[in-house]
Amino acid sequence: MPIKTFLVALLLGLPLSAQATPAIQHWETPQGARVLFVENHQLPMLDISVDFPAGSARDPSGKAGLAQLTHALLDQGAGGLSETAIAHRLADVGAVMAGNFDRDRAGVTLRTLSSAAEKDVAIDTLTRVLQRPDFPQAVVQREKQRLIAAIREAEADPGTVADKAFYRALYGTHPYAHDEAGEPAAIERLTRGDLQAFHRSHYSAPNTVISLVGDISRTEAEAIAVRLAAGLSRAAPVSALPKPVPAAVAAETRIPHPSAQSHVLVGAVGMSRNDPDFFPLFVGNYVLGGGGFDSRLLKAVRDQRGYAYSAYSYFIPMMEAGPFELGLQTKLEQTDDALAVARDTLRQFIAEGPSEAELIQAKANLTGGFPLRIDSNKKILEYLAVIGFYGLPLDYLDTWVDRVKVVDVTAVKQAFARRIDPDRLVTVVVGAGGAR
Amino acid sequence: MHSLWAIGLALLASSAQAALTDVTLDNGMRVIVHEDHRAPVMVSQVWYRAGAMDEFNGTTGVAHVLEHMMFKGTQKVPAGEFSKRIAAAGGRENAFTSRDYTAYFQQMQKDRLELSMQLEADRMANLVISDELFAKEIQVVMEERRLRTDDQPQSVVYERLMATAYQTHPYRRPIIGWMDDLENMTAQDARDWYARWYAPDNATLVVAGDVNADEVVAMAKRHFGALPARTLPPRKPQEEPAQIGTKRIVVKVPAQLPYLLMVWHAPTLKDWEKDTDPYALQILAGVLSGNDSARLQKSLVKTRQIAVNASAGYDAVTRGPGLFMVDATPAPGKSVALLEKSIRNEIARIQQDGISEAELARVKAQVIAADVYQRDSLFYQAMQLGEYVSVGLPPEALARRVDRLRAVTAEAVQAAAKQWLQDDRLSVAELDPQPLKPQKQRAAMPGVRHAN
Repeated sequence: MPIKTFLVALLLGLPLSAQATPAIQHWETPQGARVLFVENHQLPMLDISVDFPAGSARDPSGKAGLAQLTHALLDQGAGGLSETAIAHRLADVGAVMAGNFDRDRAGVTLRTLSSAAEKDVAIDTLTRVLQRPDFPQAVVQREKQRLIAAIREAEADPGTVADKAFYRALYGTHPYAHDEAGEPAAIERLTRGDLQAFHRSHYSAPNTVISLVGDISRTEAEAIAVRLAAGLSRAAPVSALPKPVPAAVAAETRIPHPSAQSHVLVGAVGMSRNDPDFFPLFVGNYVLGGGGFDSRLLKAVRDQRGYAYSAYSYFIPMMEAGPFELGLQTKLEQTDDALAVARDTLRQFIAEGPSEAELIQAKANLTGGFPLRIDSNKKILEYLAVIGFYGLPLDYLDTWVDRVKVVDVTAVKQAFARRIDPDRLVTVVVGAGGAR
Repeated sequence: MHSLWAIGLALLASSAQAALTDVTLDNGMRVIVHEDHRAPVMVSQVWYRAGAMDEFNGTTGVAHVLEHMMFKGTQKVPAGEFSKRIAAAGGRENAFTSRDYTAYFQQMQKDRLELSMQLEADRMANLVISDELFAKEIQVVMEERRLRTDDQPQSVVYERLMATAYQTHPYRRPIIGWMDDLENMTAQDARDWYARWYAPDNATLVVAGDVNADEVVAMAKRHFGALPARTLPPRKPQEEPAQIGTKRIVVKVPAQLPYLLMVWHAPTLKDWEKDTDPYALQILAGVLSGNDSARLQKSLVKTRQIAVNASAGYDAVTRGPGLFMVDATPAPGKSVALLEKSIRNEIARIQQDGISEAELARVKAQVIAADVYQRDSLFYQAMQLGEYVSVGLPPEALARRVDRLRAVTAEAVQAAAKQWLQDDRLSVAELDPQPLKPQKQRAAMPGVRHAN
């Protein structure tokens, strides 16, 4: 069956299931923390995510690594419990506490059984970790060394080297420029006082977003939210980050590395999470490099030429404009050929936009796959955290499918033209001697 | 307190397993359906009982290469169309190859299962492997090897240690294949592999999600039922001879930090009702590194600060002979030798003094809770079913896994540590980091092959 007929048959013949999106309840605690809650009693468990604008973009000048170190130390002794007591208490009730950390956000997640005794111990532990981290001097010293060791270990990984260089080249003096983990020399200088001050100013109730999904009532969710927010500082919400300035000219960085492959990254300053062009760029990128085997990049680089295992492009939407990034890894001697193919693919896409057929395919996949995005408590929790943290509308999930559907070729073309100038791309190549 | 809620949850967990349907079609294909109506979606997986361990020397990696070729078209569905049609239906799809099996999956809305079955049945029998597409794809696989193994220092250590710890068993070969074998692989090697193993009587279909089991079975009969069974080649046991003394290797690759990997030969689950050591070894791994202050972390990372990371691992569900593993990265200025000695001391402590009841209860609490949490992921539930069945264990072994782990005693953990974590069964690899800065002339990297 020719693909077009097939697609039409599919779109007409298989109506989307009713989009049963979760009902999101939203309120603020008296302390000013924002709360998002989805009540769901299917499984006897509860998921909580607590997020703060305390990512690496908030590192003070000269203290790159402070945000990461503060986040890493939260559960290493808190509220009168030693790090061992915290780990054992959680494990004893089968609870799992984990951290999320990026340039914008520092978060802690908790997964616990919803049975009363277990839940209470788990939430009590989370509360202490968030509100009263002790930052013991000896532990600070130890974790500094571990963080530095992790940074050093990653220097052997060409992908990490490329990623760091890419952000540096893209963001210059903007707080997004330095790596999330920070810089060894700056980490060496950090003190317990630095961590305490950062915690007080950033992990404050007015900065907090609490997301909850699972087997509790609204009344109980309210009580948990108050419990989590009550002991946090009242420091005012953090101020906005500066706007990144797109590169004025094209720039290329080549870094020698003793790897079998070159890691190639090409990109530009892209879009923020609240960008009005979010959907045209997101849907359009499916065609360019986000849609796996449907994407032009993977077809050109992998299917047609066998140059790489992975070739992709994506926007990372952040509080301020995050990167648009195109990447691939290929053996050293074909680096420049692969790079040329990637650049040509990008240039052509920006000049011509997607075809009608490509856009139909992109929208069919994204809308048809929407139920998979919200098919577990964990995935719903992640959406709540994003909606809460980035201030997206509460009907974000309800309108998602419709907003994908209305994207047309013109919208994609115009949105890409506004963002990505093929003559001012940032390129990073890590591998070999960096020679052409 | 623990025992009470543990029992309550165990009951809950086993009632959830009651939704399982397990039938075998006339042509020998097995169909397992797990109904779960939480969300209007489903996952469909086809598992072939053919993985890297079924390969021969000279064509290592062919199981995985064939996995790639399975997306390259049949007579009816041209190259690229499989992925395109699944994508058009809103699906996510991929495949994975292990030492024990190769599996293909689609995740879609519940009403699109038929498309998935139609396409999977077609490529089970009608795959076309053209020389031209093979020539492209083998380049892709070599790039995958460079990406995932050659340029990852710890992966190189793992690969080399497997080739050392196993003397004869095919587990000594990397799943992705040795580079030299990939460079010399032909389309015919892939065709031979396909002809040998891709048949309904070597496959299991696992469907989980918001589906009706009877309808799924009927649909499976329609699509797969007519495919002819094939006489599968006999599988030789290939028992690994007992190791008779510690083995050691040094792996020199460009890296910043040293790294230590220690593996002991250990049993895996064969008779799930009678075996006890595999369950005890799972608990042992939990006691050593199951939480942020378990023995290895507490002693080596936090208190003595001779490591920046340390963990233990053990997989009881395999077709071939198992390993109990410990890996660690020394803290700056601390030697790998000291780290190894300290790990051995931690193990000796368990062998001599056993574990506490609190430690045992802690690991069991985690096991029981994890059993509830995993029900949040449809994919993971299907994955576990497929794994158990593909290594030859019945779904009941999975359903009763928590009960069997709860029955483990502190004495059994100590006895298993004594019996299996012995020096004569141990193989050790040390990563000796070489400079990252390029030297005047580009030295060949020991342990890493180059295609150029």
